[in-house]
Amino acid sequence: MASLAGPIKTRRRRRDWRWLLHVVLIVGAFLMLYPLLWMIGSSFKPEGEIFSNLNPIPTRLDFSNYIKGWTLGTGTSFSTFFLNSFIVCLGAIVGNLLSCSLAAYAFARINFHFKGILFALMIGTLMLPFHVTVVPQYIIFNRLGWINTFLPLIVPKFFAVDAFFIFLMVQFIRGIPLELEQAAMVDGCNRFQIFTLIILPLMMPALVTTTIFTFIWTWNDFFSQLLYLNTEKNYTVSLGLRQFLDASGQSSWGSMFAMTTLSLVPVFLVFLFFQKRLVEGIATTGLKG
Amino acid sequence: MQAARHSAPPAALTSSPSKERQRRRRRQLGDNSWGYLFLAPWIIGMLLFLAGPTLVSLYLSFTNFNLLNPPKWIGAMNYVRLFTMDSRYLTSLRVTFTYVAFAVPLNLAFALALAMLLNAKIKGLGLYRAVYYVPSLLGGSVAIAILWRQVFGPSGIVSQILAVFGVQGASWVSSPNSALWTLIMLHVWQFGSPMIIFLAGLKQIPKELYEAAVVDGAGRWQQFRMITVPMLTPVIFFNLILQIINSFQAFTPAFIVSGGTGGPLDSTLFYTLYLYLQGFGNFRMGYASAMGWVLLIIIGAFTALAFLSSKYWVHYEDER
Repeated sequence: MASLAGPIKTRRRRRDWRWLLHVVLIVGAFLMLYPLLWMIGSSFKPEGEIFSNLNPIPTRLDFSNYIKGWTLGTGTSFSTFFLNSFIVCLGAIVGNLLSCSLAAYAFARINFHFKGILFALMIGTLMLPFHVTVVPQYIIFNRLGWINTFLPLIVPKFFAVDAFFIFLMVQFIRGIPLELEQAAMVDGCNRFQIFTLIILPLMMPALVTTTIFTFIWTWNDFFSQLLYLNTEKNYTVSLGLRQFLDASGQSSWGSMFAMTTLSLVPVFLVFLFFQKRLVEGIATTGLKG
Repeated sequence: MQAARHSAPPAALTSSPSKERQRRRRRQLGDNSWGYLFLAPWIIGMLLFLAGPTLVSLYLSFTNFNLLNPPKWIGAMNYVRLFTMDSRYLTSLRVTFTYVAFAVPLNLAFALALAMLLNAKIKGLGLYRAVYYVPSLLGGSVAIAILWRQVFGPSGIVSQILAVFGVQGASWVSSPNSALWTLIMLHVWQFGSPMIIFLAGLKQIPKELYEAAVVDGAGRWQQFRMITVPMLTPVIFFNLILQIINSFQAFTPAFIVSGGTGGPLDSTLFYTLYLYLQGFGNFRMGYASAMGWVLLIIIGAFTALAFLSSKYWVHYEDER
């Protein structure tokens, strides 16, 4: 009898526990998302309704906040801010892909003098706070006359300053079988040919991860954009949004919510399309999203 | 070791040992130039944008410099002033330490709790994981900081919800007692990245350990304490270091929520915000450099402390 009763009881108990787990997870998910839902809902509400109604779902869809917000500010519209953000992101992505993959291949596969020391130095720069180097960097860019251009935000990326991605790619290249390269070498390929013809195609997953994270970080960046861009025509989305806090204050919450919502759309789309890759990237390397 | 492996196939083709040696030397030379060729962008970038500026900022930290006149050497005066004459600086230190001390452990606790819940084999796992990750994904952005400012603002949702329970809403972001706590909550809300790292760690723990523990009559709490936590310590350690490094450098939320001032009454004057105000608001570049170096030392010290203490609480599997 006892042996019969045992399994039945545990099975029933487990089913109950899962039902409860779902409840906890759904309530938690709602709490997590509520502020975002409220913001998105508010962006469609008329001004008066935003703070009088806790329900994130608007009574009717009102797009006037979006129309007003897009051109609000002092003349420059969000078309400019979005375009600027995309330019900066694209530059940063191309720079990171080119320079970091080159450095990663050297660290992973080529044997050269002082490799150990240089590799340790590269890992060391991972922990270097941006705020230590920011003043001299600013002075350099100021001397070059690059303040209020996109160059300070893009050019360093072509020199592999994001050690995170070098590290990620080194780990990835180490997983590629060595025999492929040896065969190519016997056939007379040089290092550059091996890199472009064999390694780069094989490390596509690492390149995609780098692209995604560079995009999200650059899109969300505020500090360096605040430092280097100082006229409205060069503002990125981050700086454009900040305009709302200075200029319009309390009167235009609706359009502010509309534009903050819009500013999250590109990042959210990237997330939807590359969710799996993004999660893998975080799980394996600890990249912060 | 890699060079030896590379040269193995050609070596097998040659007959004369001296020729082989020559070939190997040529390959070695080739590898050296190829290596430095591939590394050239990184080396230039490292010297120009990282190592160089680090040393220059060390020099500047001993000077008075406003970008217009040449730097004037003043010895350790900047550092002395920071710790003995600048009460706003000490405030920024206190604010930042409070932020790190509460935001990091709470963030990791939520991350671990949710990772534990999501480690079960249930339907819709991917969806849950995505939903819990979304705040972290958007977290660093100005948009979320603006949202937070409204959520805890005078007529924000928090005030409204509390009003339902009869608590008359204060403006949480404009009260010096609560403004910092809204930023801590913002950080805690963004536990998605450490959660995913924890999840990956939990998947690595062998199921047999739990099965053996159940046979031995261990309850859930005992399993958690005796198996999950010890097996997870390397991941906890990793997350802890990342979180410490990141949260000492927090900037955007404080800047946006306080409107770039660190207010109310300097209650959200984060370290990096004060550095920005001194360096790029007042153009006291030497002073800001000294602040940068103190931050480097603080982060270095905390990381070193974590590493040194790790041998007492972090268990790696191969040590068993």
